[in-house]
Parts: sequence; C-alpha cells; structure tokens
Amino acid sequence: MSRPWVRELVVSFAAVILALVVGAVLIIVSDADVAATWGYFFSYPPDALQASWTAVSDAYTSLFLGALGGWKPISETLVQATPLICAGLGVSLAFRAGLFNIGAQGQLIAGALCAGWVGFSFELPVVVHLLLALAAGLFGGAVWGGLVGLLKARTGAHEVILTIMLNYVALYLLQWLLTTDVLQRPGRNDPISPVVEQTAQFPNWPGTRLHLGFLVALLAVAAVWWLLARSTTGFQLRAVGANPEAARTAGMSVGRAYTIAMLAAGALAGLAGAQQVLGTDYPLTDGIAGSVGFDSITVALLGRASPIGTVVAGLVFGALNAGGLQMQLQTQTPLTLTTVLQATIVLFIAAPALVRAVFRIRAEGTGTVLAKGWNA
Amino acid sequence: MNDATTTLTRETAPVPATLESPDERRRRIRMGVLALVLAGIGVLLAAFTAPETVTFALSGQLADSPLSAIKLPALPVALALAACTVAVALAHLLRGLSGRLGVLLWAVFGLAFVVTFLCWAAAGKTFPLTNQLQGTLNLATPLILGALAGVLCERAGVINVAIEGQFLAGAFAAAVLATVTGSLLAGVVAAVLAGVLIAAMLAVFAIRYRVNQVVLGVVLVVFASGITGFLFDQFVKGESAKFNNPGVMSAVPIPVLSSIPVIGETFFRQTLLVYTMYAAVAIVTFVLFKTRWGLRVRAVGEHPRAADTVGIKVLRVRYQAVLAGGVVAGLGGAFFTVGFTGGFDKDLTAGQGFIALAALIMGRWHPLGATIAALFFGFTQQLQGQLQIIETPIPSELLIMAPYLATVVAVAGLVGRVRAPKADGEPYVKG
Repeated sequence: MSRPWVRELVVSFAAVILALVVGAVLIIVSDADVAATWGYFFSYPPDALQASWTAVSDAYTSLFLGALGGWKPISETLVQATPLICAGLGVSLAFRAGLFNIGAQGQLIAGALCAGWVGFSFELPVVVHLLLALAAGLFGGAVWGGLVGLLKARTGAHEVILTIMLNYVALYLLQWLLTTDVLQRPGRNDPISPVVEQTAQFPNWPGTRLHLGFLVALLAVAAVWWLLARSTTGFQLRAVGANPEAARTAGMSVGRAYTIAMLAAGALAGLAGAQQVLGTDYPLTDGIAGSVGFDSITVALLGRASPIGTVVAGLVFGALNAGGLQMQLQTQTPLTLTTVLQATIVLFIAAPALVRAVFRIRAEGTGTVLAKGWNA
Repeated sequence: MNDATTTLTRETAPVPATLESPDERRRRIRMGVLALVLAGIGVLLAAFTAPETVTFALSGQLADSPLSAIKLPALPVALALAACTVAVALAHLLRGLSGRLGVLLWAVFGLAFVVTFLCWAAAGKTFPLTNQLQGTLNLATPLILGALAGVLCERAGVINVAIEGQFLAGAFAAAVLATVTGSLLAGVVAAVLAGVLIAAMLAVFAIRYRVNQVVLGVVLVVFASGITGFLFDQFVKGESAKFNNPGVMSAVPIPVLSSIPVIGETFFRQTLLVYTMYAAVAIVTFVLFKTRWGLRVRAVGEHPRAADTVGIKVLRVRYQAVLAGGVVAGLGGAFFTVGFTGGFDKDLTAGQGFIALAALIMGRWHPLGATIAALFFGFTQQLQGQLQIIETPIPSELLIMAPYLATVVAVAGLVGRVRAPKADGEPYVKG
C-alpha cells in the first residue's frame, strides 16, 4: 500500500546501490594489484577479499568525504550542483511538455556567451551589472531554446535532432567569437575572453567557491514549481505533454506550449551558463559548459522531471562530481568512474522493471510511460 | 489534416495544368526560395572572386605519376557556375523539378555551388583536390558505417541515439586488443564485439524493459564514454606501448582500378575497412530491400501489429536487427583507431556518432541516402581543414557549422518531407 513517491524513492535508492556495486567491480577489476590477488583466490581467498575490500572502501570513502566530509567539501558539492540544478530544471520542464531537450549544452553556451559578454564589456554599478548580465544569460539561452520550440511548432521538426545540431552550432559559434575582437582578450592569441568585471560576479561565501548563484538556482526551482503546479500555462504544458491530441481538442495551442516550454527550458540552461561564467569561471573559454549540459539530462531523468526531484538529483550528481575529484586525488581512482556511476544509476532508474527484478520489489501501478518515437 | 472539401471550396481559380496539392506547392516554393538564396550567396561569392587563376592539384602524396593540375580562371568560371545555380533554382521555383532530370539538375546545382565556392576561396592559390577527396572518404567512412547501423535499428523500430557509444566502445576495443594481440584483424573483431555489446544493452533495455529509446541512447553514450574513459585512465594511459599502440591498417591498392587518376587514388587505394564499408552499403541495401528478412525488418518497424498477425516474431526480428547494427557500428568504431589514427584517446570520436545519426535522418532512413548525407558531412569537415591550410578569408569555425545547420534546415522540412519508420521508437507489447 505504499505511495507512488515512496516506491520511486525505493527504486532510486536501489539504483544507486546497484551502480555502486558496478563501480566496485570496475575498481577491483581495473586495479592490477587487486586483480593479481584474485589469481590465487582458490588457494587463499582472504587475500583477494581483503585487497578488494580495501581498494573499494578507500575509493568510496574518499568519494564520500570529498563530497560531504565537512563544510568545505559540502560547499564544493553545492558549487557543482548549482548549474546542474538549473540546466536540469530546463530539461525537466521540457520533459513535462513532452519534449526531449538534449540541447541544454548549446543553450548553456549561448547563455554563458551573452552573460560573459555583458559581464566584461560594460562598466556598471554593482547590483545593476550582475542583474543585467544574468538577464543576458537568460535571454541567450531562451533564444537558443526558443528557436527549437518555434521550429518544432511551425514545421514539426523533431526537437532531439534540432537540439543536438544546435549544440554544435553554439559551440562553434563560441569558438569562432573567441578568436574575434568580440570576445577575445586583447593581447591573447588563445581562445579566452577578458575576465568578467567584479561588479558582475556573484559574491562568494568567504573562503569557499560557493556563490550566490546557488540561491538563484533555488529561486528558479521555486519559480518552475509554481509555473508547473499553480499556473494556467503550466497546466497547459503538462496537458500537452501528457496527450497533445487531447490538449488540442480541448482548445489548447500545442505549438504555443512547445514554444513556451523551450523558451523557458533554454532560459534555465542559460541561467546555468551565466552561473558558470559569473560564479566560478569568470573568463569565457570554449570549455565553459564542461559536460554540464549533458549531465543535466541525466539529472532530470534521475529527478523524475519534477522540480524537487531535480534539486535532489542535482545535489547527488554534484556530490559525485565533487567527491570524484577528491577520490582521483587521493586514491588515483579516475574521475571517469563517477561518469560510469551516473550513467549506471540513470540506466537502472530508466528501467524500473529491472531494478524490481533484482531486488524483488513488488511491481505496482503501470510504471513509467516514456515511450515515444520520432514521429510523436 | 487537410481535408479535401475545404481545399476544393477554397480553390475557385482555374486548375493549373499540372495538378499540385497546396501542400506540395508550398513545399516547392519553400525549397525554391531556399535554393535561390543559396544561389544568391553563390553569385555574391562569384562577384567578389579575385580575377586570378585557381589551381586544383590532382595528385596526392602517394601518386606514382604526378598529374598536372587543372588551372582555371577563377572569376569567369565562378560567374558562369553561379549563373547555373540561379538557373536551376529558378527552374524549380517556377516549374518544379522532379524525376531523373530533377535529380541530375540538383546534382549540377550542388556541384556548381561547391566549385563556385572553391573558386572564390582558392583564387590565386592551389587547392589540393585529391587530398580533399581522400580526406572526405576517410572522414565519411565511420559516418557511413554508423548511419548504416542506425538504418538497421530504426527500420526495425528501435531508435538508436547510441551510435556514438558504439563508436567509442569499438574504437577502444580495437586499439587495445590489436595492441595486445599484435593483430589488427583481432582488433577489428574486438571492435565488432564491443559494438554488439552496446547494441545488446540497447536491445535489452529498449525491447524487453521498454525504456524510452532516446533517453536510453543518451545514457548509453554517457556510459560508453565513462567506461572507456575509466579503463583508459586506469590501464592504458600509463602504458601506451603495451596497450595503445595498434598501428594503422595499411592501404591495399586494388590492381588496375587504383591506377585510374584521381578516382583510383581516392577510392581504390584504401584500407580493408574502407572496402568493408563499400560492401556494407551494398549488403545493407540489398538485405533490407531484396530479402525476406529485410522485408520483415521493415514490417516490424512500420506496423508491428500487422507483422505479428502474419506470424513474424516481432521482438526476435528487432533483436536481430539491433545486433546486426551493432556489428556495423563496431566496424565504424574500429576505423577511428586501427583504421585511421592508431591509438585511442578519451572521447576521440568527438560527436561523430551524432553526425552519423544526422546523416541517417538526412538520408531519410535509407542506406543510400544516408551514405550520400555522410559523404556530404565528410566533405565539409575535410574542406574546413583544407581551407584552414590555404588560409581563405572564411573562418573555419563557420564552415564547420555547415553540416549541422544543413541538418536543421533538412529536418525543418525545407528539403522535402523527412519521415521516420512509423513504429520507430515504440516498444511492442503483444496484445
């Protein structure tokens, strides 16, 4: 008789456990010394078990401590989580309108580009400059996302292809502009922009990299929650996402819903870009987006496309990223392990039937209905 | 949703000689305008072409007989060809081009536009034509293999966004296994197995667990990137000589054919993987459209319920098609390492798997269409490199955007209708 969200939480937790098991196997297999002890497992098993336990527990301990072991690691987790939450919200929002937005990466780049440009090109008073740069970031992302929504609404082109392609266009646009006078730092030959003016930077918490952008992210969460749960527009978005034909029959404009959803999704990803350039990086480079745009898709999936879920998922991924860096430093276990963990978690979550089969959780309800084709 | 009655009542004007639905008419005009814009750009480029000679060097580095180059006066040639593009665009806008003549004229349009562009970009300089063609083929080979893999999956109704992941897994397996065993062939076999492994994950999750296939594809790409990156960091990076030094396949010239100037050098002086790609194009086309199994694949991709009704095992055919796609994609992955550059590096496929996906869609889910689209993508990517070398006025970043923008234009419906197999991406539940 458990409630749906409890069941989902159980499946999510089980997926994390399963992913950690997969990661542990990888750690054991890939460590030459540990693998060697398995060579004589049958003659003296304790050695292999001991060595494996040590390798795995060392790696996971430093992962855990690097993410949550004290204020400094926690602040680093929050720093990593900030853009993931915002871009993840964008992907979630589009998801709720039935759109699969793979374009967070491109929208993030567009946002960072505009925010950074405003940040270093003008000299303005303190608060005004930051707000203006932030607005520019939102605008850049919204344009990049809204274009997809508009094309989808007008021509029926599939958003997955459009967003994948526009990701590349945004990246090359940024790379090109970084070689021109528009963005390139005077006197430099490598693709890097000037540093964002102090007036446009997010203030930091003393002694950490944590910046005010985290609060902005939480505000965005509240805004998206309100939009989806309380506003008429949000109702229309969800109706279109659930069944576009029915929504059309009920007199809603499906095309308008798509455009609005992608505008908002792009703005949120653009906010993430602004946070990157105004909060942590300061100059623009072509690596400004990192893999945030792609990770935000997995964040949205892990968060079940709900605002609160996205925050939790963003924090989990932020913790994995922050902890992964410490793990790499301390135990030489490569950071790429966290990528495997993240992918595996989402893979298991996307297939709840599999997780239930592994843990013998009783199936209730219909499960996730996420199957849609190119023609949808 | 255009029903006939409203169309009839609205069209009070006399019916034109060629019957054309309003939809077709709109599409023809849209496409014509687009072509005219392109042609206009061509005219503009031609107008700004320097009045010098442009040289197209015909022999590559490997040529036995250094052929003389083709020298053309850049300005008049560019102007003449730009005029050709305008003529074709106008012809389509006013009359509509179709049939064999249409295909021929569009080919002329494309060729004329490219040569106009080259005249402008390389006026007074030497453009290495044979290098361009060879590079195009090299870049297009994995794209073609990846797109063919996608065709096999998607014709059977399983969306494959994970081509990039199959590439990465294949490239990694090929590099490591070829180094360890000392045999490039073993590397290729390993790549095929790695491609099939990712395909198997795709198949099981998509067909058995009915996971959303686009989500699944994205996650599998992240997974493959993570796992190859992790193994690379952990094992391979420190000991390149032991694990990551496979060498590159050597070219095997085909007798007689390889001595044809330009063409022979481009197409018949290649590695076995490239020849495999030629074969794959032919085989996939033949199998899909001329064999019983191919018919079944297309049936389960278009209308699984009907296929099931006549006794086709829908899920089994889908598994077979996805795994067969894995074989082809694995070959494409092998090309990145043992076929071209040698060693593996993290994320060395650099998004080419997504370009293969774009080629598949541009090619309208047809193996030959996908091949042509992949060649186009390969051509622009190679051109970008060449133009950087000969220092043309156009920034190379802008040129490298071309394939992506072209895909956006294509899926936005300007170039005809792009329609996926009907049941593509829909899990089948026996009812």
